Amino acid sequence: MTELKTSAEIGGMGHSVKRKEDPRFIRGRGNYVDDVVRPGMLYMAIVRSPYAHAKILSINSEKALAHPGVAAVITGETLKEYNLHWMPTLMSDTQMVLPIDKVMYQAQEVAAVIATSRYAAADGVELVEVEYEPLEVVIDPFKALEPGAPVLRTDKEGQKDNRIFHWEAGDKAATDKAFKDADVTISQDIYIPRIHVASIETCGIVAEFDSVEGQLTLWMTSQAPHAHRTVFAMVAGHVGLSEEKIRIISPDIGGGFGGKVPIYPGYVIAIAATVVTGSPIKWVEHRRENLQADSFGRDYHMHAELAADKDGTMKALRIKTIADHGYTDAATQPSKWPAGLFAIATGSYPFEAAFCEVDGVYTNKPPGGIAYRCSFRVTEAVHAIERLVDILADDLGMDPAELRMKNFIPPEAFPYKSVLGLEYDSGNYAGALKLAMEKIGYQDLLKEQKEKRERGELMGIGISSFTEVVGAGPSKDFDILGLKMFDSAEIRIHPTGKVLVRIGVQSQGQGHETTFGQIVAEELGIPVSDIKVEHGDTDTAPYGLGTYASRSTPVAGAATAMASRKIRDKAKKIAAYLLEVSEDDLDWEPGKFFVKGVPDKAKTIQEIAFAAYTNHPQGMEAGLEAVSYYDPPNMTFPFGSYICVVDIDSGTGQVKIRRFMAVDDCGNIINPMIVEGQIHGGLTMGMAPALMEEISYDEEGNIYGGSFMEYLMPTAMETPNWETAKTCTPSPHHPIGAKGVGESATVGAPPAIVNAVVDALSHLGVRHLEIPLTPEKVWRAINGL
Amino acid sequence: MGTQSISIKVNGVEQTGEVEPRLLLVHFIREDLGLTGTHIGCDTTHCGACTVILDGQAVKSCTVFTVQASGKEVLTIEGMTTNGELHPLQAGFMEEHGLQCGFCTPGMIMVSHALLQENSNPTEEEIRFGISGNLCRCTGYVNIVKAVQYAANKI
Repeated sequence: MTELKTSAEIGGMGHSVKRKEDPRFIRGRGNYVDDVVRPGMLYMAIVRSPYAHAKILSINSEKALAHPGVAAVITGETLKEYNLHWMPTLMSDTQMVLPIDKVMYQAQEVAAVIATSRYAAADGVELVEVEYEPLEVVIDPFKALEPGAPVLRTDKEGQKDNRIFHWEAGDKAATDKAFKDADVTISQDIYIPRIHVASIETCGIVAEFDSVEGQLTLWMTSQAPHAHRTVFAMVAGHVGLSEEKIRIISPDIGGGFGGKVPIYPGYVIAIAATVVTGSPIKWVEHRRENLQADSFGRDYHMHAELAADKDGTMKALRIKTIADHGYTDAATQPSKWPAGLFAIATGSYPFEAAFCEVDGVYTNKPPGGIAYRCSFRVTEAVHAIERLVDILADDLGMDPAELRMKNFIPPEAFPYKSVLGLEYDSGNYAGALKLAMEKIGYQDLLKEQKEKRERGELMGIGISSFTEVVGAGPSKDFDILGLKMFDSAEIRIHPTGKVLVRIGVQSQGQGHETTFGQIVAEELGIPVSDIKVEHGDTDTAPYGLGTYASRSTPVAGAATAMASRKIRDKAKKIAAYLLEVSEDDLDWEPGKFFVKGVPDKAKTIQEIAFAAYTNHPQGMEAGLEAVSYYDPPNMTFPFGSYICVVDIDSGTGQVKIRRFMAVDDCGNIINPMIVEGQIHGGLTMGMAPALMEEISYDEEGNIYGGSFMEYLMPTAMETPNWETAKTCTPSPHHPIGAKGVGESATVGAPPAIVNAVVDALSHLGVRHLEIPLTPEKVWRAINGL
Repeated sequence: MGTQSISIKVNGVEQTGEVEPRLLLVHFIREDLGLTGTHIGCDTTHCGACTVILDGQAVKSCTVFTVQASGKEVLTIEGMTTNGELHPLQAGFMEEHGLQCGFCTPGMIMVSHALLQENSNPTEEEIRFGISGNLCRCTGYVNIVKAVQYAANKI
């Protein structure tokens, strides 16, 4: 467990401090983008394509412009005048802001109506007349790669097919040899469907341009406001936008999960609209637009293989993947590898050889992808390895827990260099699985299952022992369009000992205003109640790369600790001066320096702060402030073991999660209450695609899952009472030994659930099932259909 | 488009005005009255972020026309605090960590309020059923259930 070094009053690391954000939220006093109102503000609504692939023959705005309240209609031609009709994606591909002659997916932006009210804007959308000529649609990514398939990106010079990239990792020859020599090999096709984060707040912006000052202010649902500001300045510099005059305020954000990292066309159109009309513009997506047009997660078609000895020792791993990226590679992942962190595919096991290859493919679908609450492609990788382990156990007639225990990378092997090139920082995988088995009563469950099976009842037990990789940078491997993935904190100690902390990352519900204060409280011994944390305003916060990929604590959390330590170093000099001793004669305990062996001869951090402004040593600069830009030496590797127990109704195929024990290890913990809450939420977003959520398309590119009518998110009825426990293996390279936790559960939960359902049906000959495990799919499996 | 006169008591204060018949109650509350605690999370009556109490019943205010609420009483999240004192549900959400991003929270508190008005001592199953028309993407509901139980014990 995380050692408590501070009192509850100070509230440093390990204390379940109540959240500072909550008083405003429980009163309805949050300030989200749609709550922002500016004088003379106009509303924007978007005309979208009913076709997945079509030529635009004409756009007629006359009737819309004649409608009361409609102020303007913006089309691709309007933006073309400013050369803003295309924009770069974060993967250096290109994306239409508004089309000139062709649409590439259903629900693509075609034009925007600006009006005096949201109702008039919606009326205007109905009145814009667009004439289309449908083109051949490419939906299946396998067909997209066949010779003769229509080439979708005719705009890209030299693009002769629909392949975006080919990526490889590992040693192909060694892997092929290991497979040839192995006693046992297994293979499984696994599809991880397209899903959507669907944060309860959709995306939106209020854009306000002051033409006299040249100042552009944006209130925007942004997980990365600083990076977005720079991108806007780079993309629109030629029309006079200058970075010092762009201010992005990312206020309270109603959930992010990766969906608010991309720059969507709607944001850019709203910016163009405020420049063109001279009025502030508000655009807030409808839920249908959010589900149908915003970046998706997953859509990975994997062929996964594993080679092992007959005693169960795993030897080699091979995975070949087709990744459907839609019509442009707008993936929001900052690594230098196009398949993100898929190299975590060897999981918690010491393979001798592994080889992974991924081909990215264009199709007539919305662009992506985003990570859906995980570091990019980690969930797909973990799903593959944890399914393969269970299939191997089944083939060998071994208990899946025993097989995992036999193979885990042992604690003494860390730092561990995997054959796919990652260096795992620390871990104790057997410890987590052992605790999960004890907590849930694994042996008793096996007995119960045996009895139930004899009675014809369907009960399954599933394990997932995942390893995560989070915390992008380090900067040598991670950047966004060249912006290196460090992060930052700036701390000011006021004369009265109160504190202002500004951080480069941005909360969407994670509780940064509380937890970053706790890091400072831990380091300086100042009560967390005296510490104010600000973020999200690019005019005031230090530059940072944003919150996603569980990177806030690993990177900005480290920066906060390092900046605190700079302050402590200066405070020590002041204390020595005040106490008239040498710095070497001083000891620190949270909140004060004291003379070694004379605890009464002390100066509190508050007294030192006052002296920093009133009585500092000659020759020393006044004030007590520090900034840190932290570039992590490595990523962090949280892990855990989950055990899921399901009961299945054999008549309907309905899966019920009866129990779910989640043992997580995220290193040292800042706030146990918040960590547990993150795990609850992550588990629910792991269960969601495992059992319910999927976005699919028919052959013509019509979306299925484009509203909450068909996109089924878990309610309180489907969600079980999650059980949690923890082990603590600190990160050796992180200043406070923390690893990040927001996404672990989303990564770890799906294979535990699938393994449980397959286990429940294994005696019926079921070896694998694809997610989501809908009642129909499970019922068909039960009935051999 | 013509307008219609309305008169609605919102959080105890009589509000009158001229509105388009198509104006949704949620837009009247948020934009005409400036009570932005009531949120909009979907446009199909699924998410419940816009839940308010209309004459004692929880309704999704994105699916009620303002004119339908005329002559009635509406309670929003802003009306839950009396003389600066938190309602036990508000306190419960904070004490039990029943919220993260806060976007679904006002709707969750309002639907739970209606639930506790009908059933002051609900079982866990009854709480889960009672809030199942409201979506939360952050918490996994475990602590929301605890927050409602906290309030039920206090009321």
